[in-house]
Amino acid sequence: MQRAGVRCIFLCKGDRCMDTIVNAFPYLMEGLQVTLYIFAIAIVFGFLIGLVVALFRLAPLKILNWIAKIFVDAIRGTPFIVQLFFIYFGLNSLDFISLDSTTAGIVTVAINAGAYFSEIIRAGIQSIDKGQTEAARSLGLNSTQNMRYVILPQAFRRMLPTITNQAIISLKDTSLLSVIGVADLTQEGRIQASATFDAFNVYLILGIIYFVVIYLLSMLASFVERKFVLR
Amino acid sequence: MTMIRVENLKKSFGNLEVIKDMSTVVEEKEVICVIGPSGSGKSTFLRCLNRLEEITGGHVYIEGVDITNPKVDINQIRQDVGMVFQQFNLFPHKSVLENVILAPMKVKKSDRKASEQKAYELLDKVGLREKAKAYPGELSGGQKQRVAIARALAMDPKIMLFDEPTSALDPEMVGDVLDVMKQLAREGMTMVVVTHEMGFAAEMGDRVLFIDGGYIVEENVPKELFGNPQHERTKAFLSKVL
Repeated sequence: MQRAGVRCIFLCKGDRCMDTIVNAFPYLMEGLQVTLYIFAIAIVFGFLIGLVVALFRLAPLKILNWIAKIFVDAIRGTPFIVQLFFIYFGLNSLDFISLDSTTAGIVTVAINAGAYFSEIIRAGIQSIDKGQTEAARSLGLNSTQNMRYVILPQAFRRMLPTITNQAIISLKDTSLLSVIGVADLTQEGRIQASATFDAFNVYLILGIIYFVVIYLLSMLASFVERKFVLR
Repeated sequence: MTMIRVENLKKSFGNLEVIKDMSTVVEEKEVICVIGPSGSGKSTFLRCLNRLEEITGGHVYIEGVDITNPKVDINQIRQDVGMVFQQFNLFPHKSVLENVILAPMKVKKSDRKASEQKAYELLDKVGLREKAKAYPGELSGGQKQRVAIARALAMDPKIMLFDEPTSALDPEMVGDVLDVMKQLAREGMTMVVVTHEMGFAAEMGDRVLFIDGGYIVEENVPKELFGNPQHERTKAFLSKVL
């Protein structure tokens, strides 16, 4: 079995290998759609969570600082899969909450990414020279306008590589959602691996699909980076 | 008309008392130059005048309004008090033009066309109209500082504060910036200038404040302060820098 698979990659003489690809590929593409859908929503919300938490962290109010710090520590200090189980199984065991697996997955990825994003954004904001804020405030801009027009645009340019990195990690984290039954790319892969009895080729293709998607994502990021590079 | 009144100003950073007790008055159209050794508190004094530093004690009145009162809308006050920094602090992600129009558009809500027209006039004034589309990173230090002056003037301030505006510049750039400041002074702008340029202080200053150890040690017209200093510390300082 294994040997046939190996030969297949190098030679691909039709028979089982092509069958596997032809049969499994449409299902994998459906899974990819689910993965990208979850990723897109989760990353947008994750970013918004990150921004709010970062601003909490830097706010003059101590209580907000503490909320932000506890949130970040809790997420950073626990495994992703535990967070996923807590939200899907734990919260669902409460009477007043009912989450389907996809929603639970999106929520977990968003919250998880949000914690990491918040640290990236906080560091980015703090990396901007204090003189920028002083100049903005001395012109009469209030602290919100200072953030919006002066600090954040500069900070985001600086953060872009780290943000891309975290986005890629989050995309890969979505593969863990297969554990709670989300029909994502990995889940489709698992199903196809058992359906075709050709785990070698299915998981190889699975890996290649993830690789290509992430490669495209990082190419997009470096394009954006070049476009908005700090002059 | 009194533009700035400082009464028994105190400022501490933690246990460090930087300004112990300072009082002075700046009248309309006056040019006040502030000199003194480094660490004497002269920059801190200036930064208290638009509350960039929280004031520990005493009062600062800008056009009669006590800015140490926490109920005062400091953003409103700051629109009337332009500031120019040693390190320029231009916004590097914005072009020269965008640097100048940002505050008028966002704070005063004036429309883009009027703001740009005003910005071009100001850039003309500082001799940098042709750099309107350039980014700060493409300018020399002297050009950056002149843009910073234009940016501050775009808010039509009644008072301009200068915090060692030429200290970070190459010597050959200093003249251009000082020329702009001299023109501004001649046009009747009320100015407080922290500077190491004794020539500028002597030529343009209506009064010179010598600050040392957290106090205004001596305050006089430049001719008197430079020609006939009364205090030992003033004499000692001037003998080193002149």
